[in-house]
Amino acid sequence: MSTYDRSMALTGQPPKSLNRHQKIATLIGMFGLTIMLLAMFNVSFPQKGLWLSISLAAIFTGTLWFSWEAYSHKLPGIKNDGVWFKSISSRGFWGWIAGIALTGFYIVLYFYPEYLGLVRDGDNKGVIALFDPLSKALSGNPASQWFVYGTLYTVAILAFGIKFMWKYRHNRYERIRTMSVMFFQTAFAFIIPEVMARLNGDKILNGGSLPYYDLKNVWPLNYYNFEGYRIKAFLSSGDIGFALLIFGILSIFVITPILTYKYGKRWYCSWVCGCGGLAETAGDSFRQLSDKSLKAWKIERWVVHSVVVFVTLMTTAVVYSYLGTDTSKYWLTKSTFLIGVASLLTLVFAWVMLFKREQLQKDAQYGAIGYFVIIMALIGMHFFSGDGNVFLFKSETLRKSYSFLIGSIFSGVIGTGFYPIFGNRVWCRFGCPMAAILGFQQRLFSRFRITTNGGQCISCGNCSTYCEMGIDVRAYAQKGENIVRSSCVGCGICSAVCPRGVLKLENGPLKGRIDSNQVLLGNDVDLMSLVNQK
Amino acid sequence: MENIVIIGNGIAGVTAARHIRKLSNKRIIIISGETDYFFSRTALMYVYMGHMKFEHIQPYEDWFWEKNRIELMRGFVTQVITENKQLVVDGSRSLHYDKLIIATGSKPNKFGWPGQDLHGVQGLYSKQDLDLLETNAPNKDVCKRAVIVGGGLIGIELAEMLRSRDIPVTFLVRESSFWNGVLPEGESQMINEHISEHHIDLRLSSNLKEIVSDENGKVKSIIVAETGEEITCDMVGLTAGVSPNIDFLKESGIELGRGVKVNRFLETNVEDVYAIGDCAEQHQAIGNRRPIEAVWYTGRMMGETVAQTICGNKIEYRPGHWFNSAKFLDIEYQTYGWVFSERSKKEYEKHFHWRHATEKVCITVAFDKDSRAFLGINTFGIRMRHEVFDRWLTEKKDVDYVVEHLIDANFDPEFYKNYEAEIADKFNTEYGKSIVPKKKSLKRIFQTS
Ligand SMILES: Cc1cc2nc3c(=O)[nH]c(=O)nc-3n(C[C@H](O)[C@H](O)[C@H](O)COP(=O)(O)OP(=O)(O)OC[C@H]3O[C@@H](n4cnc5c(N)ncnc54)[C@H](O)[C@@H]3O)c2cc1C
Ligand code: SF4
Ligand code: SF4
Repeated sequence: MSTYDRSMALTGQPPKSLNRHQKIATLIGMFGLTIMLLAMFNVSFPQKGLWLSISLAAIFTGTLWFSWEAYSHKLPGIKNDGVWFKSISSRGFWGWIAGIALTGFYIVLYFYPEYLGLVRDGDNKGVIALFDPLSKALSGNPASQWFVYGTLYTVAILAFGIKFMWKYRHNRYERIRTMSVMFFQTAFAFIIPEVMARLNGDKILNGGSLPYYDLKNVWPLNYYNFEGYRIKAFLSSGDIGFALLIFGILSIFVITPILTYKYGKRWYCSWVCGCGGLAETAGDSFRQLSDKSLKAWKIERWVVHSVVVFVTLMTTAVVYSYLGTDTSKYWLTKSTFLIGVASLLTLVFAWVMLFKREQLQKDAQYGAIGYFVIIMALIGMHFFSGDGNVFLFKSETLRKSYSFLIGSIFSGVIGTGFYPIFGNRVWCRFGCPMAAILGFQQRLFSRFRITTNGGQCISCGNCSTYCEMGIDVRAYAQKGENIVRSSCVGCGICSAVCPRGVLKLENGPLKGRIDSNQVLLGNDVDLMSLVNQK
Repeated sequence: MENIVIIGNGIAGVTAARHIRKLSNKRIIIISGETDYFFSRTALMYVYMGHMKFEHIQPYEDWFWEKNRIELMRGFVTQVITENKQLVVDGSRSLHYDKLIIATGSKPNKFGWPGQDLHGVQGLYSKQDLDLLETNAPNKDVCKRAVIVGGGLIGIELAEMLRSRDIPVTFLVRESSFWNGVLPEGESQMINEHISEHHIDLRLSSNLKEIVSDENGKVKSIIVAETGEEITCDMVGLTAGVSPNIDFLKESGIELGRGVKVNRFLETNVEDVYAIGDCAEQHQAIGNRRPIEAVWYTGRMMGETVAQTICGNKIEYRPGHWFNSAKFLDIEYQTYGWVFSERSKKEYEKHFHWRHATEKVCITVAFDKDSRAFLGINTFGIRMRHEVFDRWLTEKKDVDYVVEHLIDANFDPEFYKNYEAEIADKFNTEYGKSIVPKKKSLKRIFQTS
């Protein structure tokens, strides 16, 4: 192999180097961040509203200017020059620094919000206080660490979203998709819930108050949606509350399957979802860092499906814990609920085993059988033992461990903190139970596929390298096979970066969607039928 | 157990090995002097540009070979002794084969230019060339200007590579317009414009006279034959085509022309010796194809075919309809069927050309002016569906049908602008037709009814 040291050869040289404007833009962005840092260390800013605006504006402007300089004077086209030379995007020094900083931020956010200035029962301090004016303007309440996080999150999606649209300005799929995530983040995740909070206590809610609800957040991503306190809050908030609860149930059982059937899971993962939104925008520079090895794929399947089992158990246990036993009071009792869950799982399992078995890999089959047996056994144990705990653990223990392990550590600290190390979709790939459920359906029952264009692939590897989900797209494309993978979020980047126009994301008939045949066009037809004989 | 030895771990050799493994239990050995593992030659440019690392352009993980019992050996075969089925590797080690597949690819052409072996002068073909380029042109301070000689696909890739590091590039092209031996005039013209947009100093109708050395035996400048102009430069890229890499076979008794001569079964004149990929030369050209086809797809198709023959199912090499693709800087190019340039097209071949008013998008449809049969299409900036064109060519559709149903063949990403209506308009005006383009039909595309 070459011993030539590439990074030395390129020090300060294009395509790595920054131009003067980009350096100034970086300073402006840093200035914005510094204001927040100073606030965090309790430097008190007199006019909080003004300083907050200055800080956010500086971050926004810095990012936009930097990106404008990067793309505006280049012709439209793929902009990956130097990705593996830059230390931030190739796990170099700056990559690690960014990773450590982000991870630190998440740890403080989740576990030590007081360092950000959160004061329970009293006036906020620090950086949270800086956000008070904005929070009060929106919801009427003082800011919390989550409000700070939500605001920064939205700013990141908007600023980096615009950057992404410039970068891919030749690609309308990418532009429209990005507008969509920017819209859903700003409206659904940020503004609507804050405004909804203003209704609390109002008479259209019958004096009740709604739980914080980002409507596009579907269970099981939103694993707490059916917890007791939320159900109570929904039910005490009049028709609107009831409607929201029904919407929450419909989203997972009706809306999601229909849309996934028609368009694949991309409608959610890369058009609507906030986690996906951040990954696609702020995380775009790190997509090439995902692990493409077969081993990583194996680990992914086990981990992500375990999370699905975990969240199912946890939610079942939690719902179970607050249901009653008396049928005369409310039709849904502990036992009807468990029977319902068990029947639903059996139905899905039976359908897969009867109709779709040949489409599952061996280990997936074993896994499915194993998990199914465990869940059923646990539910059975409840019935036959009459024990108050379902699934051996107290529901509260399950809930707490899920929320700590999955909700905080996995999705936040690892999922986003480690963007610069493991790539931008670690959470979506290894951890997100929603993605796993959508993916399961995408693999087995959806019109979506990535079509491989006959024999045009030159095995260059751009598609695999830039697939954020670590799918070895080339492995399929070079054999002429379509790509139908449960983890594919339909970001469309593989298709965008392919220099030979080989890949197209599209919805089409189910028949012939998964070509187990190798239909490499160009060769003798008779030979191809021979090659395809198994 | 039969011992299959393959020389060359490129796409041809590796495809053959994979398919032989699928079909049989034979012992398979691949020998290559270039790298330990198979990599995608077509992607070399992306490593220099920083889009990928070298490991990314290796299509299989390293465990793949052992798992599939394909033995890899590093070394150059220096001699083939066909009488006793022996190979000599690196002049010393020898190796027995029962069947031999020669898949040694190409090497860059050098036409005896004065100074062609100076330091700083190189081709772009191998991994070693890539490493050399990192030495010759690591950045714009070391390489203040590069000159590329030869306006083909590799030349334009090299230009794009160097430009990604902001290195000024002068591009000497012998033809009067870029690649116009292959492309029709309108397309070639558009690419000329695009090359200049990328700030590449394109010199058409310009040949290299000589490469001038400095006192250290390193390139100092080049001289243009037509004008006598001297262009100062630190690096010269020679990309004037490739030719089969077969010098080591001269004494072997295997029949050679420009390449290794093979029949339609990819057999050479010597029993149990086959040749595939860039280095194979057909006795008779197949259809409109050239006897030597130095393209990725040909290597792959020949590999598939020869594997069948070696595993007891003797089969002819019968490539289907011609297709190819490339990328000129930002413009993707695809072709299906045959579209010839003005220089080489036959008398009956007529072209319909459409180009977008502002964007760098155009197509050329070739058809028979008498029978109106559709012959082929070139597209720039529009992706097309291979399967659909393959079907239309097989079914011998006429040009009107193609224009009418063009949307079915569109393979651009969703939400892209469509140009089919505009294209049909121009076609109607030019040929006095009134074709109304059809709406896209999944039924027709996927043949589901
Ligand atoms: C920069 C570049 C870009 C290209 N882009 C495209 C493209 O976009 N589309 C396309 O269709 N084609 C493209 N090509 C052409 C394509 O890469 C070749 O047609 C293809 O790689 C040929 O494959 P092969 O297996 O026949 O030979 P090769 O890939 O050349 O493999 C032959 C191997 O054999 C080794 N070898 C040779 N002699 C010996 C010996 N005596 N002993 C041991 N080993 C030996 C060589 O070192 C080499 O590793 C491109 C080529 C280059 C250089
Ligand atoms: S396969 Fe393509 S569309 Fe799917 S996630 Fe990977 S890059 Fe995105
Ligand atoms: S599908 Fe495209 S990007 Fe992927 S390996 Fe093939 S040619 Fe390269």
